[in-house]
Amino acid sequence: MRSALRSPIGLASVVLLGFLLALAVFAPLLWGDRAAAIDTDALQQGPSSAHLLGTDSLGRDIFYRVLVATRLTIGLALLATVIGVVTGLLLGSAPTVLPRWAGRIVTSAVNIAVAFPGLLLALFFAVIFGTGTVGAVLAIAFAITPSFARLTQTLTASVSGRDFIAAARVCGVGRFRLLLRHVLPNIAEPLVINATLAAGSALTAFAGLSFLGIGVQAPSYDWGRLLGEGLNRIYVTPAPALGPAVAVVLAGLAFNLFGEAAASVAGHRQQSTPGPRPVNEATVDTSEGGLLTVRNLRVAFPGNNGWITPVRGVSFTVHNGEMIGVVGESGSGKSLTALAVSRLVEHPGVVTADRLEFAGKPLRSTSDRELGTSLAMVFQDPMTSFNPTRRIGRQIAEVSEVHQGMSREAAFRKAVDRLRAVRIPEPERKARQYPHEFSGGMRQRVVIAMGLMGEPRLVIADEPTTALDVTVQREVLRLLARVRKERSAAVLLISHDITVVAQTCDRVLVMYAGRIVEELPTDELFTSARHPYTTALLAAVPDMETDRDAPLAVIPGRPPEPGEIEAGCPFAPRCPLADERCRSEEPELTALTDGHRVACWRSEKELMDATAGGAA
Amino acid sequence: MSELKFEEVSLRYGTLRAVDDVSLTVPPRQVVGLVGESGSGKSSLAAAAVGLVPPTSGRILLDGVDVQRLRRRDRRLQMVFQDPYSSLDPRMSIGQSIAEAMPRGVDRRTEVARLLALVNLDPGRATSLPSRLSGGQRQRVALARALAGQPKVIIADEITSALDVSVQGAVLNLVRDLQRQLGLSMLFISHNLAVVRYVSDRIAVMREGKIVEEGPAEQVLAGPRHPYTRELLAAAPSRHTRLLEEASR
Ligand SMILES: Nc1ncnc2c1ncn2[C@@H]1O[C@H](COP(=O)(O)OP(=O)(O)O)[C@@H](O)[C@H]1O
Ligand code: SF4
Ligand SMILES: [Mg+2]
Repeated sequence: MRSALRSPIGLASVVLLGFLLALAVFAPLLWGDRAAAIDTDALQQGPSSAHLLGTDSLGRDIFYRVLVATRLTIGLALLATVIGVVTGLLLGSAPTVLPRWAGRIVTSAVNIAVAFPGLLLALFFAVIFGTGTVGAVLAIAFAITPSFARLTQTLTASVSGRDFIAAARVCGVGRFRLLLRHVLPNIAEPLVINATLAAGSALTAFAGLSFLGIGVQAPSYDWGRLLGEGLNRIYVTPAPALGPAVAVVLAGLAFNLFGEAAASVAGHRQQSTPGPRPVNEATVDTSEGGLLTVRNLRVAFPGNNGWITPVRGVSFTVHNGEMIGVVGESGSGKSLTALAVSRLVEHPGVVTADRLEFAGKPLRSTSDRELGTSLAMVFQDPMTSFNPTRRIGRQIAEVSEVHQGMSREAAFRKAVDRLRAVRIPEPERKARQYPHEFSGGMRQRVVIAMGLMGEPRLVIADEPTTALDVTVQREVLRLLARVRKERSAAVLLISHDITVVAQTCDRVLVMYAGRIVEELPTDELFTSARHPYTTALLAAVPDMETDRDAPLAVIPGRPPEPGEIEAGCPFAPRCPLADERCRSEEPELTALTDGHRVACWRSEKELMDATAGGAA
Repeated sequence: MSELKFEEVSLRYGTLRAVDDVSLTVPPRQVVGLVGESGSGKSSLAAAAVGLVPPTSGRILLDGVDVQRLRRRDRRLQMVFQDPYSSLDPRMSIGQSIAEAMPRGVDRRTEVARLLALVNLDPGRATSLPSRLSGGQRQRVALARALAGQPKVIIADEITSALDVSVQGAVLNLVRDLQRQLGLSMLFISHNLAVVRYVSDRIAVMREGKIVEEGPAEQVLAGPRHPYTRELLAAAPSRHTRLLEEASR
């Protein structure tokens, strides 16, 4: 919510709200007497220097009355909002904790109540509860309740579908705790925003009721009543009516703008569609590039003690039509490298590179539109790629509508075609379904279909086959290979599974602790891999011939966190060949042969002997 | 020693038969590997076992007692989920998530540290939020959380598919060690036949809601009877074949 302050509107609304709250607290203390002072010599006067907005029928100063009325007006609006919001929360979350049948009754009741217009509901309640402050507060509170209950229900339902709720239930977490610890914190943000907006409408609605004479009753007064009194003589002197009117508008605006600003900040964060990040390019290195040229790429984030740099100087080239695999453990920086190349590293991350070029142009100067159609990104996490409230087919089709200017129908037909291409059964029907109706593997295929809607020259696939069963995995990989062949698109396949990469790619980049430690053709992977980390990885993968009775080979220890990387080779703590030099100086990636680069201090001979010894 | 038994279990979502008359036994102290296509009903079967979805018909028995009759805390049946991005509450520190699964009367802090170390994570990260962890790290936390519940039976749904090979090896070794030490019974769901082959005593193959083949691991691997099992074996990743040969025809 703090970031709402960053926009000018947000800032203005916060200042205004602060001012109003200060008035509400202090005005009655400072000016309560003056607002109540009856002056029979100055009845019904117009504005003057003594009485800025004039006086009322008892000669009381209207300006001070407006100021003093801030407390009652805002207080009652907030009270009504709190009651309404709390009741709405209770009703909205009741279905989560109640038995199923009772939950259903609550849900239908809320659905019916939502259908009534709020103000009508308020008037109805005002009649029931009688005219007066209590009646008006309850009326407005219960007018807010249904929509808030519905909002809570919807949000709760969307969170309840996620695995962490299921996991908590399996652990035996009770329904109430589930609601309090897991559901509410995850939906708090939109609820708070909507409550703020509701407070704005409560304030104006309350002014309306008081104005109509069914709200605050004399001798108490709020802006609505002042407005009502002033309006009687608006043709004589407009000021007594304008004062409270301006106050109502300003206060209503302050709440609403603050809510909107907060909502836009929150919405922006959830959509996670960041703009392009600055990339520093120096044109020192003029070596021949390819479709994608990356030189000394670094990605840094502010940490607790200064910057941490999860990607520390990555250099590689992807040529047209090439299929390149990137392997490495989680946290080695594979995904961040991919995100940096797609310009998707989010604030506060900072990307720098000596060269970062796509299709011969600095990535920085490539337009979003061009990048959108020529670079396709298939993410690791299929669920976050979709908007849960829209049909799959439309979401896929949108890519072509927006970037290629296709008509709605043509784009939809293409979407169905691509769904068929990724072997979604009954693609026409499936295209009309929502994301949650797809299984995990199915969603991943849809993501790939989406990536294929443009005319990609480079497909970056980040763990696209993780969690897919072998037959589907094979299909997906073949699909990527077909894209590559038919459209001569290059593919950058990121995977933690070295077998998958070995089976599909031309070249493999092995990453460790934010750097490439070995690059070689996949043909040579099982015979000529030299880096101790690569050979350890290869030994650790079980395959259909692994001895089932022996423990699997493992690499002792764990990779360093980005903040833990110290001087020396980052693999040294886990490396059987490490010596003093390894612990003090970090080796650079150097060429062994054409197309084979290794970052290790040991000579090729030493490494070869070690591999042979390890294998024997 | 616990036995998990599915008796003619069916599960329907609307008209879709996700699980169709499945009978399967996870014998005490044994690991049953369950392989099959995505959407074949593996995860639905798992969800029914841990009580997330009641079966439409049939019974699921834990040591002869219908799991639906057991209070959750007494169920001693834990599950590790497939998607590490959604299986941890984004607003809770990983230590809190793990502690939540612990039975009463456990020293939570030391136990959290022990479990984190067990799954190869820095115990100092207990206060981190999941968003600071990469996918593999998150899955290890999820594993620690399942172990925190001191289960007798574990259902592991694709737990290694997001793990790194070096960690996968360690986790598989760990899973096997723990399984033997604690006498855990386990239903191990995975698409990776090499992994299933490595951990499982028995293998069950599922397709379109049905178990099409089940038997001792060696037998299923060496002499698959069902055509689908044969297809799976042919598609299994191996160092000696390339997957794309057919595609480049
Ligand atoms: N937004 C972020 N803020 C801070 N650290 C991050 C952020 N995103 C990723 N990291 C850290 O960067 C490292 C590399 O992450 P990532 O590129 O996702 O690795 P990989 O894809 O190889 O698993 C990890 O240690 C991760 O914790
Ligand atoms: S530089 Fe030293 S520590 Fe690093 S991989 Fe080579 S031998 Fe091992
Ligand atoms: Mg990754």
